[in-house]
Amino acid sequence: MKLRNVLKTRTPKSPVHKSASGPNMPKAKWLSFPYIVWMIGFIIIPLVVIFYYGLTTSDSTFTLNNIALVMDPINLKALKQALELSLVSTVICLLLAYPLAMILNKSKMNSNSFIVMIIILPMWMNFLLRTIAWQNILEKTGIINTILNFFKLPTVNIINTPAAIILGMVYNFLPFMVLPIYNVLIKIDQDVINAARDLGANGMQTFLKIILPLSLPGVISGITMVFVPSLTTFVISTILGGNKIVLIGNVIEQQFRVGNWHAGSGLSLVLMIFILISMAILSKYDKEGSSLW
Amino acid sequence: MTDNKLINLVNITKSYGDNVVLDDLNLYIRENEFVTLLGPSGCGKTTTLRIIGGFETPDKGQVIFEGKDITKVPPNERQVNTVFQKYALFNHMTIAENIAFGLKIKKKSKAYIQDKIKYALKLVNLDGFENRMPDSLSGGQQQRIAIARAIVNEPKVLLLDEPLGALDLKLRQDMQYELIRLKNELGITFVYVTHDQEEALTMSDTIVVMNQGYIQQIGTPEEIYNEPKNAFVADFIGESNILPGIMVEDKLVNIFGVNFVCVDTGFGKNKPVDVVIRPEDIDLVKPEEGIIKGVVTSLIFKGVHYEMEVHACDHDWLVHSTDLFPVGTEVGIWVDPFDIQIMNKPESEDEEAVEVEL
Repeated sequence: MKLRNVLKTRTPKSPVHKSASGPNMPKAKWLSFPYIVWMIGFIIIPLVVIFYYGLTTSDSTFTLNNIALVMDPINLKALKQALELSLVSTVICLLLAYPLAMILNKSKMNSNSFIVMIIILPMWMNFLLRTIAWQNILEKTGIINTILNFFKLPTVNIINTPAAIILGMVYNFLPFMVLPIYNVLIKIDQDVINAARDLGANGMQTFLKIILPLSLPGVISGITMVFVPSLTTFVISTILGGNKIVLIGNVIEQQFRVGNWHAGSGLSLVLMIFILISMAILSKYDKEGSSLW
Repeated sequence: MTDNKLINLVNITKSYGDNVVLDDLNLYIRENEFVTLLGPSGCGKTTTLRIIGGFETPDKGQVIFEGKDITKVPPNERQVNTVFQKYALFNHMTIAENIAFGLKIKKKSKAYIQDKIKYALKLVNLDGFENRMPDSLSGGQQQRIAIARAIVNEPKVLLLDEPLGALDLKLRQDMQYELIRLKNELGITFVYVTHDQEEALTMSDTIVVMNQGYIQQIGTPEEIYNEPKNAFVADFIGESNILPGIMVEDKLVNIFGVNFVCVDTGFGKNKPVDVVIRPEDIDLVKPEEGIIKGVVTSLIFKGVHYEMEVHACDHDWLVHSTDLFPVGTEVGIWVDPFDIQIMNKPESEDEEAVEVEL
């Protein structure tokens, strides 16, 4: 749900808009009908429901208590931890993805699509399966420690630590950072880079003054696409964090699981505010407002 | 080596895979010259320009600039600047920032940069555009900014890669005059790449006609137009009738079995040659007054002149004339001897190239 929200706010010049204002307007409008139904049924109504539950008590009176729940020390700690871990994951993703996207862009051969496929390939496997696989690798008696044992080396304790969760986030969300950056990089005209070189810029100056600023929309898309799901995840933290590390996503999931929809919705609203703030900050750096993919 | 050879390309060879783009190319460019590399797409003209600019490295050969070998010098260390075909402006910067780019990298003072921006914008007739974004400018304006951005760096040579290709006809013509004016005001060397023969004829001091990686002819616009060295040049520059002929003797050529008097000598006796006659050099006269007789088969009004096709000796002759001869009219064809241009035939069909003596 939140992802859809992101998609909507970040693509103001979407094709749907364009065709709606085109010459074949009546036909285009008719075509957008299923999309409108979809938006109402799966975005707007759920949002309204969340707002309703988040701002009421079980006997339907207005309250801010559900939102105030975030001030509870345990919840506050979960939120803080979620923010920290998703921030670190996003930064690591960015540091890994940017050079990777540049390498992809440089290799102008036909193997290009092959390399892209290798990055996308893990996405074809179920997200849960991938994460559980990491659990098996990292466990106390898992693959890594078995190998270390075999060589009589000291074992490592990664599972159920923040590091394991960061690893899970980076592994699962890295493609979402690589692809938007790659996508803006391939669109940069080689002659624009040549022009910078021609005007006296060396490789580093060209990167800092031309390539980096021009790729910023992709970077921002990537950050959003990694940061938002990382902040809200509860699957990765459950599987790779055991019960030792509780993120805000886990807290919300727990609330819904025990049937307390009001508390769960209230905390979701708080999380939504954080996402909106982060997106507002990002959009300041994104003049173009384009190219999510 | 003479002093005024600013750029000297020596034995340049460049290929991409099996595709040889430039084959042993030799060319020098003098100081303060407007040189145009002219040819169809794929003839190697842009590659030549990119080799001078430093964006391509030749497989073999040397690029000599002011007597120094710069073949391996990266583009940012060369004293040339390029104006790219699709402008290649930095869209995330204002016009002023675009123009200042090269100067900022050279760490010039703020006041100097400001002066230069003002001067350059004035030169390209776009005063007051400092704070606009490239997106908000028309194609012609963007191209002028691209020129301004290049010339503020005071290059010894300005390389222009089909800079007017994306503009419409009227604007293109205006920009041609602007470029000539700029060249004269700046007093620097222009190396211009185009496939548009009219552009080349209008602006250049020297035209280098290229085809399939070879230089076909180097000369002034008049030389290229009036005395094409081979059928390719004749065909590419303007319209022409290229006819198979046999040089009977000096000053006499046989075309389709009819002898024409010409002014060329030194081809030997009974030698097969290519004959070029420009359509505007054919005079249509009364049937009995012509060298050969024919019938007008098509007539198109072109504005300044009529374009006609005359069927004579089993060949369609292209004729440009301000006089109107309706379709079906029987006419005589007359060509003045000095309007007949004789060229050696290429030695084989696929070897159109000729060795050019500089």
